[in-house]
Amino acid sequence: MNGPLVEVVALCKEYRRGEEVVPVLAGLDLTIEAGDYVALMGPSGSGKSTLLNLLGGLDRPTSGAIRIGGEDIGALDSDALAAWRGRTIGFVFQLYNLLPVLTAEQNVELPLLLTDLDARERRRRARAALDLVGLGDRARHRPRELSGGQEQRVGIARAIVNDPMLLLCDEPTGDLDRKAGDQVLALFDALNREAGKTIVMVTHDPRAAARAKRILHLEKGVLLREEVQ
Amino acid sequence: MTGAWRLLPLLRAALQRHRLRLLFTIASITVAFLLFGLLGAVRTALTAGVEIAGRDRLIATQKVSIIQPLPRAYLGRVRQISGVRTVSSLTWFGGIYQDPTKQLVVFAVDANYFDLYTKELLVDPLERSRWLADRTGALVGAGIAARYGWHVGDTVPLQSNIYRRRDGAPSWPVHILGLYHSDSVDTNQIFLHYEYFNESVSFGKDAIGWILIQVADPAMGPRIAAEVDATFANSNAETKTSSEKAVAQSFANQIGDIGKILDFVVTAVFFAMLLVTANTMAQSVRERTAEIAVLKTLGFTDASVLVLVLAESLLITGVGAALGLFLATATTSGLGAALRSFLPHFEIPARAYGIAVLYALGLGLAAGVLPARQAMRLEIVRALRAT
Ligand SMILES: Nc1ncnc2c1ncn2[C@@H]1O[C@H](COP(=O)(O)OP(=O)(O)O)[C@@H](O)[C@H]1O
Ligand SMILES: [Mg+2]
Repeated sequence: MNGPLVEVVALCKEYRRGEEVVPVLAGLDLTIEAGDYVALMGPSGSGKSTLLNLLGGLDRPTSGAIRIGGEDIGALDSDALAAWRGRTIGFVFQLYNLLPVLTAEQNVELPLLLTDLDARERRRRARAALDLVGLGDRARHRPRELSGGQEQRVGIARAIVNDPMLLLCDEPTGDLDRKAGDQVLALFDALNREAGKTIVMVTHDPRAAARAKRILHLEKGVLLREEVQ
Repeated sequence: MTGAWRLLPLLRAALQRHRLRLLFTIASITVAFLLFGLLGAVRTALTAGVEIAGRDRLIATQKVSIIQPLPRAYLGRVRQISGVRTVSSLTWFGGIYQDPTKQLVVFAVDANYFDLYTKELLVDPLERSRWLADRTGALVGAGIAARYGWHVGDTVPLQSNIYRRRDGAPSWPVHILGLYHSDSVDTNQIFLHYEYFNESVSFGKDAIGWILIQVADPAMGPRIAAEVDATFANSNAETKTSSEKAVAQSFANQIGDIGKILDFVVTAVFFAMLLVTANTMAQSVRERTAEIAVLKTLGFTDASVLVLVLAESLLITGVGAALGLFLATATTSGLGAALRSFLPHFEIPARAYGIAVLYALGLGLAAGVLPARQAMRLEIVRALRAT
């Protein structure tokens, strides 16, 4: 692929609350190379989640452009954007967001329902992803039978099962104790170093950020500074 | 749009979410469709008379009241009207057998009565000729014969709660000479010879209940009916003659009012079910706000989420309808066999199944449309932020 994986140009996002316009991102520029591991830090309300959601095509910018893998995602209609998300992005949420009635394996299989794979192959891949996060033996467990750390690892398995170009993680360790958090972070390390996954991770935790290759500091909708490690 | 089959695992998951609520909702819909099926069968049973009424038969009754008698001599005069093929009579006997609180359907009829109902009242020719040859003979329905354990050859004493015997004897011994069968009319009736009745009664001699007229051509019916009534106009027993179909129809119209009440009940029940199902669906979608947002995040389109919710709603009403109709069918065929001799048409009309399918679809769509739209329009970012 030519050029950076993520290119963000003059990105603005404002929300409307009745008459009032709330500016959240104000002309933000950003490039991320394939294989990078970026931590996004900043005070609460600075627009980290907003930026992540825009990168993942969950929301649309007020102005500015986002190109990911060369695709101008602003040009996609809602269905095309959904399909693009399914193929390109893996999301990891702070609160895991697993479907409670489905087993771990069924949760991981969800994104594969949108592919042409047959049931057998879907299962095989879901198992492989669970093995990768170290939960091959919990395939039949439902979320409430798992610990928080295990739930989050199922969430990660679900995010990577489609082999996405870009992993977007919004405070993935925010709800975990230190040990479970470390396990999750170790998983991201491995995914980045060994599988070459590009990761953007929002975090409050400096220890988590320290594992990334770049740390971006966001404040009041603009990138304040960047550290490269 | 993704193939709908991809949504199946999600549909299964949606249904598992709240099993007890799902069960109650389906049970309510089952009851509604059971009621719908049963009321359909009741209506069919009550209005079947119109379907079987012969087009070539007229009935003349006393003009003032159908329970007032007519002079027997009228029969001969009616016979002379052109276009009349057969004339017969039917007189209510008011029969009682053993238990005075149980009214039996017993008529005294002319010997040619069965000629008018060759399709409806099926009698073995040999039995019929024996009946014709025996003044005290009776032809009885297979239903009532089975009920009282009567056999051909038995003699049973019938009493009347209207008439007394001239000779003071307490009852009319009746010789059962044959059974009639029918798939269209009640098989609990008993037919005696008018002659036997007439010669033995202490009062009401030479009076008959109704005159039955078979016409050569149904098209002549109205003209002949008018002529019959004109013949007896200004006598002290004026007649009112109508086609059997018209009589059946006017009876059915009275039932029709009951039918309207039934319709109202069914409508009210379905409306209640709409509210129950819509509420279930609204709750189901509300609880799954985050889940739906996650599905969209994973790449499911707005349309597929809409389909998912509608499918859930349709499945609930469809399963409920299928169960309800199954139970209604089982009940009517079980009950129908038991009731066969009183209500020969206690069965769910084929049309009702078609209507039920439409109702189930309509109910499912109506209950699901708002929650489905809500799910379709749900914005991922807003929904995830709310949790
Ligand atoms: N849907 C919305 N409507 C209005 N304001 C919003 C909405 N979403 C986010 N905001 C506002 O945007 C700002 C940035 O939010 P967010 O990106 O979630 O911050 P962070 O993740 O950095 O804590 C906050 O002030 C928040 O209140
Ligand atoms: Mg946030």
